[in-house]
Amino acid sequence: MRAVALSLRHELIGLAGVVERNVYLTRRYIYWDVAFFVWTVANTLTIVFIAEGIEATGGQIDVERATTTLLIGAVVWAYLGIIFEFLTETVAWERWEGTIEYTFMAPLSRAMHLGGSGVFAVLYGLVRAILLLMVVAAFFGLAFDDANFIAALVVLVVASISFFGIGMMTAVLPLISPEKGAQLGFVAQGMLLVVSGVYYPVDVLPQWMQWLATISPATYALEGIRAAILDGDPLSSMWPQIWPLIVIGVASIPLGLAIFNRGEVYAKRHGKLKRSG
Amino acid sequence: MRELSPVPPDALAVEARDLRKEFVRKDRKRGKRRVPALADVSLTLERGECVAILGQNGSGKSTLVRLLSTLLLPDGGSATVFGYDVVRDGKAVRRLVNRVSVEASFFKKMSPSENLHYASRFYGMTPSETTERIPMILERVGFPSDRRGEPMENLSRGMQQKVALARALLTSPVLLLLDEPTTGLDPRSKLEVQDFIREMRAEHDSTILLCTHDLGEAESLAERVGILDAGRLLALEPAADLKARFAAETLEEAFFAATGRGFEDEQDELDAEERKVLA
Repeated sequence: MRAVALSLRHELIGLAGVVERNVYLTRRYIYWDVAFFVWTVANTLTIVFIAEGIEATGGQIDVERATTTLLIGAVVWAYLGIIFEFLTETVAWERWEGTIEYTFMAPLSRAMHLGGSGVFAVLYGLVRAILLLMVVAAFFGLAFDDANFIAALVVLVVASISFFGIGMMTAVLPLISPEKGAQLGFVAQGMLLVVSGVYYPVDVLPQWMQWLATISPATYALEGIRAAILDGDPLSSMWPQIWPLIVIGVASIPLGLAIFNRGEVYAKRHGKLKRSG
Repeated sequence: MRELSPVPPDALAVEARDLRKEFVRKDRKRGKRRVPALADVSLTLERGECVAILGQNGSGKSTLVRLLSTLLLPDGGSATVFGYDVVRDGKAVRRLVNRVSVEASFFKKMSPSENLHYASRFYGMTPSETTERIPMILERVGFPSDRRGEPMENLSRGMQQKVALARALLTSPVLLLLDEPTTGLDPRSKLEVQDFIREMRAEHDSTILLCTHDLGEAESLAERVGILDAGRLLALEPAADLKARFAAETLEEAFFAATGRGFEDEQDELDAEERKVLA
């Protein structure tokens, strides 16, 4: 019993070590982070201006509602991108720096190693998402009079569990293919973008894509967050969005971990952990 | 760490039996084929012993180190570290082993202090344990205190290698795998690293497997010297016995007599099969 408690303690310290390392790195690359944030703001403005563009070209829409709908899509998309980026870089960045063998020969379980990246990604992603929402909302003068931000935040945090599980599946790609694996992570991210109704309702998709939308956590996250911010829906009415997120999260984390472990065995079998590949 | 992986008093530090590793090579002429990087290597290391393995580039030295540190899975044979199997008991082995390789391998933008802090967490060390210990260890390896906060990329190779030694020492490994730790260092840094290895053995009861190109280093640090050639361990005995066996005056001559090649010749780890055909 004591050995189990001691082992768990070591694992949690290791998880904190991954968070600590990412804090150091973020501090060292802070100006790059500012530059990327500026790019994200510009990208989000490009998307959100579409609502005003439709009205300017004769379309009949509620511009403020459409602007907010697009803004939520862009913010959730940016948040999802950060989670995927951090998890994929768990391997890719270490390979680039040459530290990957030292990390993989440390007595830290892969669940805690990836968990540390996930915890930092969620914290960092939330800060970036909130800042992005505030900056772009201020730019368009959006008031969010009815918004229930607490409910929106809870939905986003619950959705993060599923994003994290899927992120673990993509994190294995640079392990299997040192040269192209990281880029393949964007393919998975792009698939979620298409089917999850980030910028349009999923009803407009072909039927087979709507079926895919039902297994994408981003679909439920977007529905819940939009209901909370646009209509001020309380958390108590969000169960139809929250339970699928819990189910997908509970299924995706062990699945992601199992896939990563298979990838690790493959990499150790074929000598792919070496920096040079 | 040792509480979770207790070291049995009578266990050998390392025991490898017929250890084999092959890699797949693809080329246009012959297609896909498996070529050996380590071929049925058997060796033992007693607790507290220092064994040096000599071999050309590509002879299989790094493959051996990677197998013992659980970074590669063997294709045949077995290996244990203090009685723990490197495949079945990987986590127990990882608690007991650390490694210093030819490349210092750090996050380049982070400082030595930051790199050591986060790395020590992976071994269950808390901030309260490392806040005092890291400056102490850096001082012990001769790292200047006023440069602890500088990014690693600003440091010389010799200094980076000192930080790598500090990282290994920080976790108090009972088996230290040194994979060409002094290659590319200037003579002064090389001597400092060698002195530090002696100190580690004397004070920490560490067992050391030293893979090196430096024949003098092998002779002065190790009790036994092995010759690894094309993935095969041709000899493993005290340097004096090795020289006597091959009627050689120097280790270099003994190496030449054992392998039929000069020590500085390059070898491609994956071309072992081709060489056998040509021989």
